Amino acid sequence: MAERSFKAEVERLRIGAGETFQGEGILAVTKALLQAGVAYVGGYQGSPISHLIDVFADASELMAELGIHFESNASEAAAAAMLAASVNYPLRGAVAWKSVVGTNVASDALSNIASGGVTGGTLVILGEDYGEGSSIMQERTHAFAMKSQMWLLDPRPNLAHIVDMVERGFELSEASNTPVMLELRVRTCHMTGSFVARDNRRPSMTVAEAAESPRRDVERIVLPPANFLHEVEKIEKRWPAAIDFVRAARLNEHFGPADDQIGIIVQGGLFNTLNRALELLGLSDAFANARLPVYVLNVTYPLVPEEVEAFCAGKRAVLVIEEGQPEFIEHELNTLVSRAALDTKIVGKAVLPRAGEYTGAVIRDGLAAFLRTWSPERAPPETTAPSPTLPANAVPQRPAGFCTGCPERPIFSAMKLVQKELGTFHVSADIGCHLFSILPPFHIGNTTMGYGLGTAGASAFKPRGKRAVAIMGDGGFWHNGLTSGIGNAVFNQDDNLTIIIDNGYSAATGGQDIPSSKADNAIRQTNNSIEKAVRGVGVRWAKTIRRTYDVAAMRDAIREAVTSTERGPKVIVAQSECQLNRQRRIKPQLAKAIKAGRRVVRERFGVDPDTCTGDHACIRLSGCPSLTIRPNPDPLREHPVAHVENSCVGCGVCGEVSHAAVLCPSFYKATIIVNPTWKERMGERLRGWAIGRLQRWADSRRRARAF
Amino acid sequence: MERERITIAILGLGGQGGGVLANWIVQLGEKAGLVSQGTSVPGTAQRTGSTVYYVEMMPKAGAVDPVLALMPVPGDVNIVIAAELMEAGRAILRGFVTRDRTTLIASTHRIYAIAEKSAPGDGRVSEGRILEAARERAQRFIGFDMDAISERTGSVISSVLFGALAASGTLPFAREAFEAAIRADGRAVEANLAGFDAGFAAAQGRAAEEEEEQRTVRAVAPLRAGTPVGSTLLTRIRTDLPDAAHVYAAEGARRLLDYQDEAYARLYLDRLAAIPSRDGGLLRETARHLALWMAYEDTIRVADLKVRASRLARVRAEVKAAPGQIVRVTEYMHPRLEEICDTLPAGLGRRILDSPRLSAWIRRLFAKGRHVRTTSLCWFLLLSLLAGLRRWRRGTLRYAHEQARIESWLALIRDAAARDPELATELAKCQQLIKGYGDTFARGLAKYDRVISQYHGRKLDAAQLRRLREAALASEEGDEAALASEEGDEPAEAIARVGASA
Repeated sequence: MAERSFKAEVERLRIGAGETFQGEGILAVTKALLQAGVAYVGGYQGSPISHLIDVFADASELMAELGIHFESNASEAAAAAMLAASVNYPLRGAVAWKSVVGTNVASDALSNIASGGVTGGTLVILGEDYGEGSSIMQERTHAFAMKSQMWLLDPRPNLAHIVDMVERGFELSEASNTPVMLELRVRTCHMTGSFVARDNRRPSMTVAEAAESPRRDVERIVLPPANFLHEVEKIEKRWPAAIDFVRAARLNEHFGPADDQIGIIVQGGLFNTLNRALELLGLSDAFANARLPVYVLNVTYPLVPEEVEAFCAGKRAVLVIEEGQPEFIEHELNTLVSRAALDTKIVGKAVLPRAGEYTGAVIRDGLAAFLRTWSPERAPPETTAPSPTLPANAVPQRPAGFCTGCPERPIFSAMKLVQKELGTFHVSADIGCHLFSILPPFHIGNTTMGYGLGTAGASAFKPRGKRAVAIMGDGGFWHNGLTSGIGNAVFNQDDNLTIIIDNGYSAATGGQDIPSSKADNAIRQTNNSIEKAVRGVGVRWAKTIRRTYDVAAMRDAIREAVTSTERGPKVIVAQSECQLNRQRRIKPQLAKAIKAGRRVVRERFGVDPDTCTGDHACIRLSGCPSLTIRPNPDPLREHPVAHVENSCVGCGVCGEVSHAAVLCPSFYKATIIVNPTWKERMGERLRGWAIGRLQRWADSRRRARAF
Repeated sequence: MERERITIAILGLGGQGGGVLANWIVQLGEKAGLVSQGTSVPGTAQRTGSTVYYVEMMPKAGAVDPVLALMPVPGDVNIVIAAELMEAGRAILRGFVTRDRTTLIASTHRIYAIAEKSAPGDGRVSEGRILEAARERAQRFIGFDMDAISERTGSVISSVLFGALAASGTLPFAREAFEAAIRADGRAVEANLAGFDAGFAAAQGRAAEEEEEQRTVRAVAPLRAGTPVGSTLLTRIRTDLPDAAHVYAAEGARRLLDYQDEAYARLYLDRLAAIPSRDGGLLRETARHLALWMAYEDTIRVADLKVRASRLARVRAEVKAAPGQIVRVTEYMHPRLEEICDTLPAGLGRRILDSPRLSAWIRRLFAKGRHVRTTSLCWFLLLSLLAGLRRWRRGTLRYAHEQARIESWLALIRDAAARDPELATELAKCQQLIKGYGDTFARGLAKYDRVISQYHGRKLDAAQLRRLREAALASEEGDEAALASEEGDEPAEAIARVGASA
């Protein structure tokens, strides 16, 4: 079950021609695919494209009705390889993933498909995770497009336009026999808006029909001599065909007047931000009536030399607004301008920052700097920045962290306890929520090398005495970790420990099911055991802990694994359900049961403020959002006391930690029985009577010595 | 040029429901026929990190779509909504709040960041500074504790913020339109409408300029005695101690009566009276810290506090148990050999600790923590019995240890009091270093010993001692640095090193 359900929204995907579709960017893209007559779709989740995969999954019924095959691929490489279906057949196919990391994973298959070329239109939809909110290395997908010669679309953020570009993307792919990438920036994926829909189209050929009448063309396979022919074909046939199509279909756009001494060339995805910056400088309005020429590259690769030449001719200088580095477009423009023998000055990173997201303020300042040199009469007056009201340290940082009740927290609490006994370990971390272990309060983890690569990242450490520890998520495990990590460790006789965090979902990306998920899934086979899988590739020391919240058991298992005399890789599968997903699953059930008068037991934790001394050692071992502080109710004490908020889900880690670490007796667990049975009520009354008498007696004694 | 566009930035923490709020606002705009666009940043930032939702809306003009931005530009935001005080601070830091244009609507409650929570002492950042900046920077600031209101109305903070937004009059829509947006969403409509209504009422006419921030005031009991014992002690306090120390001394006497008995409270006042100074600050701080030290948390005290009727009532209230629901309480206790011996008569406790065989045997017996079900009759009786050992507390090993420590600490204070009250006050405050139980207690005690030995060795003055103490409190590693500095630095350097590492 995914984090967000789009069941209601996907019904809207059925609307026909002339109706207005209202919704998010990712839904618009899905609708566009249906309108374009795709035969198959697939992909791998990851922000900002996760919800697109969820939309696909929730729309799988609709897709089946239309004869479209949908697959949650095991990895981006698997998704890219699936595009092979479009090599020999006129099948339109689309796959989606997070870039640049997903593109890295997919690059082997992408190079192959780009070399041999395609018959049916193929679209790779990329969520470009760059800038604010990004969780990955800041690189550009542009380089992949260039090195494999795949075309790269970067549409202006407007839903109607994006929908149109999806369709044009397929046409461009077919016209040039080349796979096409559609790049969507983070905020565009979740941008709301509307567009006028068209009817959904059944694919002209389905994947089943293709499989029934196989076609083969040895020239499409990457093996000598065809591979050498492909390179020539790319240059002589596909590239010119692409440029002709982009020009004829007018995929790139112009805004503002035709003639000026200066102009701006901008990536399509940055157009809205540019227009706002121009507006703030009095050079455009809300409807993009720019007062200087703007050439919008909705296709950022390849550039169209004729269009560039026509735009630059007669201009003294052109500002290129190109986010990220290296500045491939700026380099290419310089080449084109020089080949055309123009003396237009191309200005780009000279006035804009070389690195980092191009926000409205950044573009505004870059524009101002450009105008000051090339059109001072239009430049804004120089202003000094207002002095900041607050110093930066007035507001504390809020690094992401484990959710309330997260089953991964006790694993790292246990590791912290083991480290207290045995000293710190080299820890090779992985990609996923568990990477939050590197942050306070845990400070665990030395490197992270990629999804599912935790174990491989520790493989250079062949221990003499002290073992290295690798972390791997269940998502990463099935993505590639089973072979690249565990298989590799077995084969190379590693002696390290891998802790596989099995929370039942691909949790960091939004709770999608994976092969080891516990949930029954109508269209997938789940419940495949991780421990069985690692034993299957040759691990002899493997252990599954079925309740990570048992901090002492977790600690003991880790201690045993790092001190055991047995040689060979050790694997601990730490298994407990992702709390975010669990709460989503059980909350409605509980509410229903309570309403129906059934007996329900709820647990939550608390701290007694009169025994808490305000040391916060418990917080340093937990970091749970619901475990916080509040002003000390004791007038004599100054430091705040620990406090458990009502958002507590009763996972018990704070109590277990204080137990295992021998911290403090202030934690208590309250077990609340809603709608108790008559037996329980009777027992409670009896106990209450006896305890009440004792308490009243003790109270009277205390009153006798009161102030 | 009057512009028609409305720009709204919503700052909150992942999981606070900013998405719901952004969605209501977008629906509001669309229903009113405006072109509305919302954007967000999904992903890991939402796992408790801070996140920004952004909405723009403007009227249609013919067939051409307006070009709306996907993120706020500093100086261009009409409304900033912050679901927590520091997020309001973050909006100000990022330049989203400007005097010429921005209405800032913020909940003034705190969700503490991990760095604030995990400091061994008090790591909270200043709230006043943010409130001041909000008043100074915003065109209008509407701020109150919306978390309390959402709790009271059983709704989410988004609905209270939405109510405050409606009341602010910054959007050109009637109140009914806001309520319609909540209804159209269909989730928890009744609760959300209640939260909306309360938020609306609270924000109406409530610009922050007029607002008196109600910060938690700690309940200090009035200077009044309710029993004959109490009035005798109070008379002594009034005659023996300067005015400034009265409140804490009374609270201390009250605490120690509750903790032990009248004689113990008298001992407390004797100790205070023996300080050769009438300096208000010194006596106040000594009264505070001496009471805390004398009421040290031993097993007897913990058991006593756990079985009280008032405590069980507090638990019920805290976990929001409704009448008719049964609440069972389980404590996580981990008495070890040390705590067992501490509670035994001093001689016996010492003998066991001195005997490796006996120690090992008891250690094994208490290797595991206990889950103590206080609400079961059996455990309740056991804990009550333990609490009843209060009468014999003076004979315990722990009592002997603590009184010795207290006496030597008081001797330091007395020694400094006459010549340098400020220094003596700093010495009194060093009691803060000793907190917690088990390992935490041992670590705190070690920190205290190190600071005091620095004081002896280097003849620190008041300011140096304060900085050393603060450094030791700032982080768990503070004591390591303090230890390192013992190896021969000049005092100033030693303090600088302790401070830098903290």
